[in-house]
Amino acid sequence: MNNFTYVRATDVAEAVRQGGQAHAKFLGGGTNLVDLMRETLERPSVLVDVTGLSSAITDREDGGMLIGAAAKNTAVAEHRGVRTRYPLLARAILAGASGQIRNMATVGGNLLQRTRCTYFYDDDGSRCNKRGPGQGCDAIDGFNRIHAILGASSSCVATHPSDMCVALAMLDAVVHVTGSQGERTIAFADLHLLPGNHPEVETSLSPGELITAVELPALSFAQRSTYRKVRDRASYAFALVSVAAAMEVDDGVVKGVRVALGGVAAKPWRALRLEAALTGRPANEESFRAAAEAELADAQPLRHNAFKIEVAKRTIVAVLAELAGDRL
Amino acid sequence: MSVNINGLSVDLPSDARVSLLDLLRDHLDLPGTKVGCNQGACGACTVLADGERILSCLALAVQYEGRSVTTIEGLTVEGSLHRLQHAFIEHDGFQCGYCTPGQICSAIGMLREVQRGVPSLVTEDLSSRSIALTRDELRERMSGNLCRCGAYNGIVEAITEFAETSK
Ligand SMILES: Cc1cc2nc3c(=O)[nH]c(=O)nc-3n(C[C@H](O)[C@H](O)[C@H](O)COP(=O)(O)OP(=O)(O)OC[C@H]3O[C@@H](n4cnc5c(N)ncnc54)[C@H](O)[C@@H]3O)c2cc1C
Ligand code: SF4
Ligand code: FES
Ligand code: FES
Repeated sequence: MNNFTYVRATDVAEAVRQGGQAHAKFLGGGTNLVDLMRETLERPSVLVDVTGLSSAITDREDGGMLIGAAAKNTAVAEHRGVRTRYPLLARAILAGASGQIRNMATVGGNLLQRTRCTYFYDDDGSRCNKRGPGQGCDAIDGFNRIHAILGASSSCVATHPSDMCVALAMLDAVVHVTGSQGERTIAFADLHLLPGNHPEVETSLSPGELITAVELPALSFAQRSTYRKVRDRASYAFALVSVAAAMEVDDGVVKGVRVALGGVAAKPWRALRLEAALTGRPANEESFRAAAEAELADAQPLRHNAFKIEVAKRTIVAVLAELAGDRL
Repeated sequence: MSVNINGLSVDLPSDARVSLLDLLRDHLDLPGTKVGCNQGACGACTVLADGERILSCLALAVQYEGRSVTTIEGLTVEGSLHRLQHAFIEHDGFQCGYCTPGQICSAIGMLREVQRGVPSLVTEDLSSRSIALTRDELRERMSGNLCRCGAYNGIVEAITEFAETSK
């Protein structure tokens, strides 16, 4: 680990000022950043601890909720309002990492954990465009069972590891940020970027911009929502494929549906094609399957991960059937 | 700048790079907390910070300034073993013992979470206020602690017995 200065921010203004220094990084729980620093994949000169900033979880007048970026993952998952009004968010968080890690990890840090793969960590053994822009990517012709099937590029095929973010993408969450230029909000879909030719740039944040809160908009059918994660072991493993979904069925017809996928792309993948294909259709397995086919029509498998395409389709169908429940 | 470890106030290292795990083992001679993977993947380094289970390998010691950390060494009561340690012996909750301090600290933090009503991935009714610690609940909640010896059955039995007799 390189040497660095550690400071604790007591308010947003000070965090932004400290975070504006060259090679400064914000520090949440440290569960991703400390590990990357130990591997010398991150070498900040200043660490600005932002865990003392707002962690409040509050109701908004418009029926939504606001979650302070310093809220711990456990605190969000155990919050009554989150559990009853946005059950898929609680489920997605609880599907991630372990009890210990969720007690440490913050909402801000979960959003900004690196999109990464095992080759990215293998500093002296393999080439990685994310670690060393222009080097090449050894995953593309290597072992790529866990890699992306959607939205990847010839530069990078890594997936975004977060479960919470899949739920937030489905909910159309809004990210509140503050930087030296002031405050702004970012639609969740615009926060993470697809790799293109620059996989080293993962988000639309400007250098030094601080996430202060995540806003959950009101969604009339959010209570009828869930999250399902498919992985190599029953717990404590990253997703091969995950599905966050909410659906409203009226008289056997899909009135509203939201779906996002995890484990398939460099960002949480909002299934807009699926949503368009399914809205207004009968709530049955045939339409669920057809909509899933539409979403995955452009999926591009690598040598070892074609199975993810079928797993994604089947998981989508299973989750939507569960949500349709007795209304099927 | 200090941190409270097992009831004693300890100066924090001037080098911010020192992890909480290294502070415990290398600076304070408290080797009960184990180094497994040193990257968050095994749970051997689990300690309690203000009663909450965390991984000391992913924590910088400076982040815990002013907080109270309890390690396996701090669980003994006046020199005798904690009841959960006895339960682990009773139920063969270990073979080599390497994962055991982490399992025990994790279980204590986990049971507090259950009491507080924190749901888990296998909790069916997210709105329920009380959680029954079934075998599935226990295994899911303890999944952050791996045991290379596979002493899981004994671990589950030990924690179950401790939980039942602590009600
Ligand atoms: C073994 C293991 C298994 C895991 N399994 C899963 C899993 O199954 N599912 C899953 O979703 N996650 C998983 N994780 C990842 C875990 O969820 C993340 O490491 C965690 O959410 C990061 O949060 P943090 O607060 O610790 O972030 P940190 O490590 O502190 O920070 C991460 C990044 O965010 C930046 N940052 C932090 N806060 C802010 C802010 N407020 N504004 C701007 N930037 C900020 C930091 O500068 C850093 O770049 C796993 C991690 C480990 C170690
Ligand atoms: S997939 Fe991306 S992160 Fe993995 S080695 Fe290739 S460039 Fe690096
Ligand atoms: S040593 Fe900390 S989790 Fe393995
Ligand atoms: S008892 Fe040996 S690792 Fe668990």
